[in-house]
Amino acid sequence: MEGNILQYDFIIKGLLGAVFASITAGLAGAYIVSKRMVFLSGGVTHASFGGIGIGYYFGFNPVLGAAVFGILSALGVEYLSVKQKIREDSAIGILWAFGMAIGIIFIFLTPGYSPNLMSYLFGSILTVTYTDIIALGIMSVVLILYFGIFYRTILYISFDESFARTYSSYVNIFKYVTTALVALTIVLNIRMAGVVLVLSLFTIPPNIAMIFTRVYSKIILWSVLAGFIGTAAGYVISYFAGIPVGATIIFTLVIVWVLVKMGYQFTRYLRKDKR
Amino acid sequence: MANLLEMRSLTASYDNNIVLEDIDFTVNENDFIGVIGPNGGGKTTLLKVILGLIKPAKGRIEFNSSLINGNSIGYLPQISTGDAYYPVTVTDVILSGMMIRKKILSRMSAADKKRTREIIEELGLSGMEQSSLTELSGGQLQRVFLGRAIIGNPRLLLLDEPGNFVDSTFEKDFYGKLKDLNSRMAILMVSHDIGMISSHVKSYACVNRKLHYHSSSEISNEQLLAYGCPIQLITHGEVPHTVLKSHGDGR
Repeated sequence: MEGNILQYDFIIKGLLGAVFASITAGLAGAYIVSKRMVFLSGGVTHASFGGIGIGYYFGFNPVLGAAVFGILSALGVEYLSVKQKIREDSAIGILWAFGMAIGIIFIFLTPGYSPNLMSYLFGSILTVTYTDIIALGIMSVVLILYFGIFYRTILYISFDESFARTYSSYVNIFKYVTTALVALTIVLNIRMAGVVLVLSLFTIPPNIAMIFTRVYSKIILWSVLAGFIGTAAGYVISYFAGIPVGATIIFTLVIVWVLVKMGYQFTRYLRKDKR
Repeated sequence: MANLLEMRSLTASYDNNIVLEDIDFTVNENDFIGVIGPNGGGKTTLLKVILGLIKPAKGRIEFNSSLINGNSIGYLPQISTGDAYYPVTVTDVILSGMMIRKKILSRMSAADKKRTREIIEELGLSGMEQSSLTELSGGQLQRVFLGRAIIGNPRLLLLDEPGNFVDSTFEKDFYGKLKDLNSRMAILMVSHDIGMISSHVKSYACVNRKLHYHSSSEISNEQLLAYGCPIQLITHGEVPHTVLKSHGDGR
């Protein structure tokens, strides 16, 4: 009986988690990949580990700490590179390691061993709470509304910021709000795939989509779909093979990426042959 | 003739380095002004002041009510600042020029999309509607950005070194196109290539920290005849210059 409940729990969390993770990662990922913010996002992810450590030490929800660290580090990189003239990749590298260091120090200082640490680093569906799922669900709605309402404004600013400044005085507001939302999205997905692996959830699906489309709205849709396939298949495989979920999802996504790429090249080759 | 914009004793600077000093300048409807001058003389800065990207340090700039807040100004930047690898289509880039007429929450209408198709055809880009920018040649890319600059039907068009990318096959069309556009909008064209623009513009603004305005009447037809060759160089008296006879073999 107990086994059934656990199984039911795993399926529900896995299914909802896969849906919300692929929606949020698809929307935010298309933005990150198009705007070449992958390294910045890696910095945000790792810097947020500092918030997880502080959450553990002071006994509040580590995701909350991670959210604060994630958003502050994303905006901090912008501040350091634009206002303080520190090169952006250096600023990212510094905050990346600084966040990890804070996290490790505080987790070390926390009395007793923290069994959840591994789940934060590599993700684990078993430790995902319904609160995490609800937070991801809310984030999905927020992102759908935000990108739906301001689709063109966001697209045009991220494509050509200096041109956008010639007609709009909202460029900075949009830049900061979008960056903060992306940072928050990454942090909320950490419980699914872990600090180390979560970024691939954002970068692989848009790259699968960009193999066959360059239309931004289609990249978002295909990213969500590819993300869902990878995540859902990852769960199933990890369940039957008894291997960690986060790693399985990423592994599946990379296989999908390689297969799509090869399939696309092959069909193009066939079409050329017919002409 | 109505003034589109007027600069009075305007000074503009970057990090306390004065780039433009004490400038008086007026752009009227139907003007076609060639903005010439040395590199670093402030040509692009002049455009940025008009676009509102740089605030004047001193003096003022006043717009005709139809150009308030720099809106309704079309702009073709020198080097596109957009990322050519960005996943965006030709249609999307040109359509983005409509943003000069849009409020933050307004949507693109069917008419806007129809206008985009017209511009694409007008600029010889048919068949490339869904192409990404990496698939285009330099000249095609330039036309896409020209399309973005003119789709909103601005009353003032700013072109920064448009000659840089225009391919020779499109060059004649390009200046013909500008002549057409000039019948419904004033044009301010920055270029260091005077030869290229001398036969197209109606007047000149020489910018080198200061701005001097020359009406086209200063360069009369007789002067052109006296040279006996197309004018490739315009200087200000004190600069020594030599005019060579044409080769006589048509070159």
